[in-house]
Amino acid sequence: MFYRENGQFKTSYKADQQVFAIPQDRWAILALVVFAFVGIPLLVDEYLFRAILVPFLILSLAALGVNILVGYCGQITLGAGASMAVGAYAAYNFLIRVDGMPALAAILLGGLVAAAAGIVFGAPSLRVRGLYLAVATLAAQFFWDWAFLRIKWFTNNSSSGSVSVADINLLGWTINSPTDKYLFCLGILVAFSLMAKNLVRGNMGRQWMAIRDMDVAATVIGIRPMYAKLTAFAVSSFYLGVAGALWGMVNLGSWEPAAFSIDRSLQLLFMVIIGGMGAISGSFFGAAFIVILPIFLNQMLPLVGSLFGLEVSIALVSHVEFIIFGSLIVFFLIVEPHGIARLWATGREKLRLWPFPH
Amino acid sequence: MSGRKIGEVILDLKNISLSFGGVKALQDISFNVLEHEVRAIIGHNGAGKSSMLNVINGVYRPQQGDIILRGKHHTNMDSYGAANAGLARTFQNIALFKGMSVLDNIMTGRNLKMKANMLQQAVWFGAAQREELEHRAKVEEIIDFLEIQHIRKTPVGRLPYGLQKRVDLARALAMEPQILLLDEPMAGMNVEEKQDMCRFILDVNDQFGTTVVLIEHDMGVVMDISDRVVVLDYGKKIGDGTPDEVRANPDVISAYLGASH
Amino acid sequence: MAFFLETLLGGLMSGMLYSLVALGFVLIFKASGVFNFAQGAMVLFAALAMARFSEWIPAWLGMDNLFMANVLAFAVSVAIMFVVAWLIERLALRYLVNQEGATLLMATLGIAYVLDGFGQTIFGSDIYKIDVGMPKEPVMMLESVFEGGILINKEDFIAALIAALLVISLSVFFQKTATGRALRAVAADHQAAQSIGIPLGRIWVIVWCVAGITALVAGIIWGSKLGVQFSLTTIALRALPVVILGGLTSVPGAIIGGLIIGVGEKLSEVYLGPYVGGGIEIWFAYMLALVFLLFRPQGLFGEKIIDRV
Ligand SMILES: Nc1ncnc2c1ncn2[C@@H]1O[C@H](COP(=O)(O)OP(=O)(O)OP(=O)(O)O)[C@@H](O)[C@H]1O
Ligand SMILES: [Mg+2]
Repeated sequence: MFYRENGQFKTSYKADQQVFAIPQDRWAILALVVFAFVGIPLLVDEYLFRAILVPFLILSLAALGVNILVGYCGQITLGAGASMAVGAYAAYNFLIRVDGMPALAAILLGGLVAAAAGIVFGAPSLRVRGLYLAVATLAAQFFWDWAFLRIKWFTNNSSSGSVSVADINLLGWTINSPTDKYLFCLGILVAFSLMAKNLVRGNMGRQWMAIRDMDVAATVIGIRPMYAKLTAFAVSSFYLGVAGALWGMVNLGSWEPAAFSIDRSLQLLFMVIIGGMGAISGSFFGAAFIVILPIFLNQMLPLVGSLFGLEVSIALVSHVEFIIFGSLIVFFLIVEPHGIARLWATGREKLRLWPFPH
Repeated sequence: MSGRKIGEVILDLKNISLSFGGVKALQDISFNVLEHEVRAIIGHNGAGKSSMLNVINGVYRPQQGDIILRGKHHTNMDSYGAANAGLARTFQNIALFKGMSVLDNIMTGRNLKMKANMLQQAVWFGAAQREELEHRAKVEEIIDFLEIQHIRKTPVGRLPYGLQKRVDLARALAMEPQILLLDEPMAGMNVEEKQDMCRFILDVNDQFGTTVVLIEHDMGVVMDISDRVVVLDYGKKIGDGTPDEVRANPDVISAYLGASH
Repeated sequence: MAFFLETLLGGLMSGMLYSLVALGFVLIFKASGVFNFAQGAMVLFAALAMARFSEWIPAWLGMDNLFMANVLAFAVSVAIMFVVAWLIERLALRYLVNQEGATLLMATLGIAYVLDGFGQTIFGSDIYKIDVGMPKEPVMMLESVFEGGILINKEDFIAALIAALLVISLSVFFQKTATGRALRAVAADHQAAQSIGIPLGRIWVIVWCVAGITALVAGIIWGSKLGVQFSLTTIALRALPVVILGGLTSVPGAIIGGLIIGVGEKLSEVYLGPYVGGGIEIWFAYMLALVFLLFRPQGLFGEKIIDRV
């Protein structure tokens, strides 16, 4: 069957407003999701789950959160890692302090606490804009870094803020093998992605984008900047909080504040820039890229080095990684500010018209 | 003009003064707007016309003066309040949401009328979905009215200037405003586009009874379509009346002649 | 009282260094609208160059005059920072003219990564020494006024002096020279400046060079105190609240903001820190700036702008 839109006329606005308006896309995505749930667990080994797939899923979720705020609402944040930290530590506290607290509920509550914190630290966005706001979000980053290191109550009196949780449990299903972790995170990611898509294609998303593109015009047509910005902060922080809780409790098992430092915040921002600002799919592309590139370099660089008889140290690999990330950021900002997602869309567009380009 | 009947004062501006640092953009300006009329504001570049519109819908706060809308005082009008009170506007330098499609841009105009909460929107169920379809239908009417069906899904950034101006108008109309403020809706258009735009404005005024306040440089157009005209010059009001009265006003004549050499 | 004064002076001295780094931010922002997040990376890069060349040059030339080695290393480092400035303009900035502030900021984040990566690839990633002969021993002052006098760290004092000198000479450069005037014209209005024939690209290279020099001096001062290592990049993060407090476009703002933050940090750490477990200086500066922003969104000396529509 051809990948064609021609001849498929929408007969109602409802059909026109579907998430994937082209049936082929709808089927492809459905097939992909089914494959992710059924096929991958059959095909893939533990290492791949642990090193690539689980981090990819969780970081995708976090990138979705950042994308909502930065890509859709245009409010730049350098404090995404802090939201993850709040989510992780809040979930941890719910889990250990409340008897019989189900893990999933703790994770979602962690997200809600992160959302509340996000609103508090997002409040300056009502007064300050752009660059000044970016610096304000750093305040959140440094404050929470400090709080989880020094305020003992948050970490149940553990030293240096490091905490750990036992295997978590969902309705009798103990999530301990890499496959379990993968499926658990996948389920959450699929649900959250769908919700994000719904939000951004509806009235909420239009308000965010209006504020991003031209805030004066947005107020003039009756969009309240306060409501739009704070909801973006809240939703974004909620996603980040849930991602943080998953990162700590599912991916790491035990963690300390450094897992959510400013480096994490920058990494998340980079994912969104490289993946595609203002595109849901961009979050996945960005996360995949950031997870895979270091592994790829770790394998490739020593090989390339040995061709020339050079010894490639681990430090060098990490420096090269820095250089590549940095250059790519600049490259994408100059050449394709909408990232890999746009490249992908353009490619698809060409395919749709192929072989008759006009 | 046809069926419409000019009504009472709907908007009354009293002694408005606005300055930016040392620049006195508006000095003690008063005038009113009657329901259903087409009211024009003219003047040279920098006369304060756009500032006047910005004061009316709360983008700028005047240092002095009173805005009375349907008998209610709004000394501290803000943009959100203005939108809620039925004011819509277009912009001199098009202020569309450039990352969004034409359809989405116009849909934003429905924002005040959409009530579904965030949770409903996230699951796209019930009220959220129903609302989206209802308002989409309304927006499609406006799209048909302004004859922009063919560009519905186009990102606005890719449109030529004339069409962007039309989308700007469409977005304002989507608010179903009672008063429509238009800042140079025909600037930079060719004759044909101007004619279309005139027709749209008059149709809106005529069919929906929308009151129109309009800034325009093209005198021919202004004299043709407006009921009454305010003339501003360096932040001061120098004339006010029907097109014929304004044309005969000696101050206006000297201001326009004075600046033309 | 003596203790309070000691803390205050300590704060003023470290504040002077913040002012220096903040000045780098402000100059670049004024001239090109770029909020340069790479300032910290530049500090590290410059300090690494200085540290390594002051070690390599004597080895290459077979000399053992510390002073000459430092002078040569300084000259080479300045040259390197100029090349960096030129490359940044050439490869990135010129393609980003007229982009929004947020985009430019993210671009400088990318630049920061590249600089960090390159710097450590070329110069190595251990901890290196810079020895420019800074005195290490503290001195007593005002012994006649207070019992026991107040203890001043000579190194900090000299550092603050150097920073102050540099800040003053840059301000003079900005106010009095033809290049400075061109810079200010560009800052006031890019297009207008361009239309009267001021070459935008060159101006940008110049401000980045100047920022490079401030980074080098800051790097040397901090590097000789703490050793040249990756954590130097965080110095720029420390200076950010200063810029916010002072207003992004104001040179006096950078200076006064630096002093306020320097003093605020020290006082809060000494008088507030013990109650909350210490280590609060970094976020305290941010909170101070943030609270300030809520009342004056454009900073102490920044211009208030009403959007035109
Ligand atoms: N946001 C602002 N900040 C500073 N000055 C402003 C601002 N908006 C307008 N002004 C000044 O106020 C005066 C009136 O400007 P305004 O835009 O209202 O003129 P106008 O009549 O609309 O002119 P034009 O025909 O060019 O659109 C001008 O001197 C302008 O420079
Ligand atoms: Mg105007």
